[in-house]
Amino acid sequence: MSIATTIAEKAQSMIPLEMQIRGAHMYDKTRRIVTRTDGQKIFTETPIPPVDEVALADIDLSNPFLYRQGMWRSYFERVRNEAPVHFRPESPFGPFWSVTRHADIIAVDKNHEAFSAEPFIIIGKPPRFMDIAMFIAMDPPQHDKQRAAVQGVVAPKNLREMEGLIRSRVREVLDGLPVDEPFDWVNAVSIELTARMLATLLDFPYEDRHKLVEWSDLATSMEEANGGPSDNDKVFREMAAMAQGLSSLWRDKAARTAGGEDPGFDLITMLQSNDDTKDLLDNRPMEFLGNLVLLIVGGNDTTRNSMSGGVLALNQYPDQFEKLKANHDLIPNAVSEIIRWQTPLAYMRRIAKKDVILNGQFIRKGDKVVMWYASGNRDERVFDRPDELIIDRSNARNHIAFGFGVHRCMGNRLAELQLRILWEELLVRFDDIEVVGEPEYAQSNFVRGISKMMVRLSPKQDK
Amino acid sequence: MATVTYITHDGDDYEAELVEGKSLMQTAVDEAIPGIDGDCGGEAACGTCHVIVDPTWITTVGRSGSVEEAMLSMHPEREANSRLSCQMSATEEWDGLTVRLPEFQL
Repeated sequence: MSIATTIAEKAQSMIPLEMQIRGAHMYDKTRRIVTRTDGQKIFTETPIPPVDEVALADIDLSNPFLYRQGMWRSYFERVRNEAPVHFRPESPFGPFWSVTRHADIIAVDKNHEAFSAEPFIIIGKPPRFMDIAMFIAMDPPQHDKQRAAVQGVVAPKNLREMEGLIRSRVREVLDGLPVDEPFDWVNAVSIELTARMLATLLDFPYEDRHKLVEWSDLATSMEEANGGPSDNDKVFREMAAMAQGLSSLWRDKAARTAGGEDPGFDLITMLQSNDDTKDLLDNRPMEFLGNLVLLIVGGNDTTRNSMSGGVLALNQYPDQFEKLKANHDLIPNAVSEIIRWQTPLAYMRRIAKKDVILNGQFIRKGDKVVMWYASGNRDERVFDRPDELIIDRSNARNHIAFGFGVHRCMGNRLAELQLRILWEELLVRFDDIEVVGEPEYAQSNFVRGISKMMVRLSPKQDK
Repeated sequence: MATVTYITHDGDDYEAELVEGKSLMQTAVDEAIPGIDGDCGGEAACGTCHVIVDPTWITTVGRSGSVEEAMLSMHPEREANSRLSCQMSATEEWDGLTVRLPEFQL
């Protein structure tokens, strides 16, 4: 370990977490004032031209409005067919390669020796000094140790413990929904259910669960990271509040355990009972924050957008909805197909650790390489009629929305569980789940988010 | 006909024909044997085709290498004789092979 790292770690462990974040905020504020960019946004929305009017070399897939404007399908299709490994020399995030075919994405994803997940997995980077380390952006062997410390929380055995609770919550939310009148599904169902799940995973105060959602949304919407709309001042303030909230959670839990409370199946309990991690907050507070943020973010807008996306997809393909209603045994496969169709996270980014030739293109050591899951999941070479939702699609489970290789989504079975339960409970209650008007989509090149979706429910007559 | 038997966690037996050169994962998926998913299509990249090889067979089929270990090491139910079945390419020699399936896949 270098002297600089040793000093940094010591400093980190001695300065309260919140103060470190306030320091980062001051740095960023000063930077904005000195460069006279304070108050300016990097991204302003303009209409994206049809892809056939753009030269192949001019296509910039990092545009954070591609998803929102519904242009992503045609743009990815063109690149997939004409330049499957495509280099963009200039972008607001610097130069980067785009990998758009399913097979090539798997080749990159599983090759962690040639393609590093460090330092960040978003196209850009977070504000300086806010680069909280998290194992999604680490390589083996450091990655393996960190993941091993937390993966018990979503181990299938643990999921079995949680299934009853998840189901009772879904029932409670669904039974409270208005019928025969439009309401925002995203708020009332998708956000509400994922907030409850996150609070459970962390044993976070239930009445404050929306804080977890708010923090997570801010963490994933920084404009220099992935083109999102968030305001840096707000991000920093809330990250400091989050650091304080999670530190209190840790200390509170430790005190309750010491006082004789039964251990739960939540993440904090797991970390505190593991020798490798029980000193996390005291000695490696940035790592503590990073791994908690990772789990909160991992379970937040991904599940949320799959819940909303499933409703949207079944509205766009009503024959599939009829098929699902007629046979509830199709629910598990439908869940995989919904996740494929929505692909809640558009990509993951890597950096080449050495010169590599990928599908005929020469990628240099140090180049940024973006694996576009959203494109791979619509690759006509793998999925027949890829843009269609086909709930009994035989290879639905071959989707890459969870990634492949050592970073493959740790929460994948929990996501599938939540979606399966949601659809089981929806189908016995409602005859129709009708999307009213057009949904609204989020600004981001990373999160494929549905920010608002009005829905009208028709109850089943025989209930 | 050479066969392989998959034993699920619940103790149910599923017998399938061994095809020379075909992976045990692909055989399981094609025969719709429950308990093996094969999400990555055989790239040793998802850990959802984990099987535990019967001790009497482990020398014949071989142990996992570093590629398989990257995924197997994350599996809470892994045992010494664990393999990723997508990397197990069948030969006639394996006739009578038995593998157990874990309760859960990754």
